[in-house]
Amino acid sequence: MKRESFFKLAVAIVAVIGLFVYFVKPLAFSIRQGLDLQGGTHVVLEGVDTPQAKVNDDAMNRVVKIIENRVNAMGLTEPVIQREGQRRIIVELPGVKDPNKAIEVLGKTAMLEFRDEDGKTVLNGSDLKDAREETDQQGQNLVSLEFSPDGAKKFADLTEENVGRTISILLDGKVLTAPRVNEPITGGKAVITGNRSLEDAHNLALLLRSGALPVKVKSIETRTVGPTLGQDSKDKSEFAFTIGIGAVVLFMLLFYRAPGLIADISLMAYVLLLLFVLKMLDATLTLPGIAGIILSIGMAVDANVLIFEHFKEEMRSGKTVRWAMDSGFKRAFVTIFDSNLTTIIASVVLFFFGTGPIRGFAITLGLGVILSMFTAVTMTKYLLKWLIASNIIHNPRLFGVSSASVSEKAVK
Amino acid sequence: MKHFDIVGHSKIWYGISSLIIIAGIICMFTRGFNLGIDFTGGTLIDLKFDKAVNINDVRTTMDQYNLANSQIQLSGKASNATSSQDVMIRTKDLSQSERENVMKGLKDKLGSYKVLREEKVGATIGSELVINALWATLLSWLLIIAYVSYRFEFKFGLAAIMALIHDTLVVLSVFSLTQKSIDSSFIAAILTIIGYSVNDTIVIFDRIRENLKLHFKRGGDINELANRSIYQTLTRSIYTVLTVLVCTVALYVFGGDTTKDFSFALIIGFTCGAYSSIFTATPLWITFRNYSEKKHAQKRLNTKTAK
Repeated sequence: MKRESFFKLAVAIVAVIGLFVYFVKPLAFSIRQGLDLQGGTHVVLEGVDTPQAKVNDDAMNRVVKIIENRVNAMGLTEPVIQREGQRRIIVELPGVKDPNKAIEVLGKTAMLEFRDEDGKTVLNGSDLKDAREETDQQGQNLVSLEFSPDGAKKFADLTEENVGRTISILLDGKVLTAPRVNEPITGGKAVITGNRSLEDAHNLALLLRSGALPVKVKSIETRTVGPTLGQDSKDKSEFAFTIGIGAVVLFMLLFYRAPGLIADISLMAYVLLLLFVLKMLDATLTLPGIAGIILSIGMAVDANVLIFEHFKEEMRSGKTVRWAMDSGFKRAFVTIFDSNLTTIIASVVLFFFGTGPIRGFAITLGLGVILSMFTAVTMTKYLLKWLIASNIIHNPRLFGVSSASVSEKAVK
Repeated sequence: MKHFDIVGHSKIWYGISSLIIIAGIICMFTRGFNLGIDFTGGTLIDLKFDKAVNINDVRTTMDQYNLANSQIQLSGKASNATSSQDVMIRTKDLSQSERENVMKGLKDKLGSYKVLREEKVGATIGSELVINALWATLLSWLLIIAYVSYRFEFKFGLAAIMALIHDTLVVLSVFSLTQKSIDSSFIAAILTIIGYSVNDTIVIFDRIRENLKLHFKRGGDINELANRSIYQTLTRSIYTVLTVLVCTVALYVFGGDTTKDFSFALIIGFTCGAYSSIFTATPLWITFRNYSEKKHAQKRLNTKTAK
């Protein structure tokens, strides 16, 4: 029992420290980082005057809104979209795989038209309510359109008048498809077929959903830029963060001795686990996310402090080490549960109702607190049990309790 | 050892808090906040130097004009380079003469360059995001009150929320009084502070709840019980705030210029969050409790006399 516990404890400690030293850096750096930490692609779009539409302030503001919608629909974390001067827009995207394709999608005017055989435009993109990519039973990718009530009526009229003839659907003046009308369509729905990949269908649907740009824009510059926080600041803050965590680890050792070491081991396991889950979720880390991590580390440490303080209290009241540990855990758990659940509730709300940086914060905090319930409570508990069962510590001071306050009997 | 009566001196603590918050609110209305370029927009300067320059040197130069927290990005092939010919700087709005000074300073310190762009740029954070953040936060507060009311009682929930409003107000006050710049990361800092504040308060409330259940008889001294609960959890309160402070102070001292205001907000907020759990939330809970006890006693009295 004694040797077995000691063996388990030693294996766990060596394993966690080993994994931590070996994996923490590569794991941390393999997580995708946002614009503020990593930089990304910097694109400058410029509004161009055409005979149909001249560039003005109002039009450019609308372009910003539509491009915002398009960027958000791409699922990128915290992009920057910013007006520059009179007719330019800066778009900064974090880690896109294919920047050229992204820019192409962003800059498309995306003017949709439905024309009859005489070339008269009957409907346009503003008559749409929704557009989604779909795959039909034959495995063909298509974009399904849903018209607004007004648009549905126009479309019904168009199809009724053109039974037996072809109508054409155009995007930016190019024919996408020209189907033959077999019968009037009154349901307010249509599909755009054509051989395209699911990704293309997705992009087309995205463009149609976000609406047409009021003016034509062209991309005048694309380049890679460094982090918005500045590479210098980032390097310094990385160093600072390492020092901070190091100090916390040292703190726990000084305050709580042997249990402090256990808490440090749990903390390392916690950091690894959190990074691993973030990596698996393919999350993008930004400064708000790091704030969430700092707070969750604080709470993980707090859970252990709570447990150890209860433990010390129970020891002082004359209980044996094992008994003090058991009741210390029981009492601390109620507190940890209530304080952490409150935090989890807040994180869930922020995640579902927040946008941009708020979500980034909520996801790391929420995940962090859930994971720390496991490491700071369950893992610490087992490690401490093994520590006590292995019977290697005889001096109560190594449990962070001064010997004067503990009766001789209790230690044995 | 006789402990200092913390909750008995609640007037002092309320006084200190009110002083900071009232001064802060007056300042918010008169001087407002020093909003960063994320909210206000500013000037973008895009330069191509003849020789590659170090980002650190660019920032040191900007620091001479109190613009060290400007957004400075290098561009080129690798996004993690620390030196490059292409430097893009976003600063707050500069006057003509300020801009000329900065441009001259950069040339003197770092060598000659070609100006690729020099234009006004707009805000990157819209009011929508801020309003959305406010609503999400308010909703989370309501749910926190609901949860605490369910697990404890409504008075605890109310006191916890008042404490976190207190903390938020203090941080806002300090930022208005010191005119430190508020940027997008400030929102995250406030959320972090709120999270810490609630968590810290609940630990003390949990102890009060435990003591109420185990050691309290009707008509007992509630102040004594609250004080005892505070002292029983005091070591934990101090250790926990120390660990988060160690982390953020390291970030403040050793971290970069662009994260200084962020870590400053966290330092103020964590300190305040730990303070308010003891000196604001607990006395408030007693105030609410005494008030409702009095009302109940009055009610009992009324029903008795009515009979």
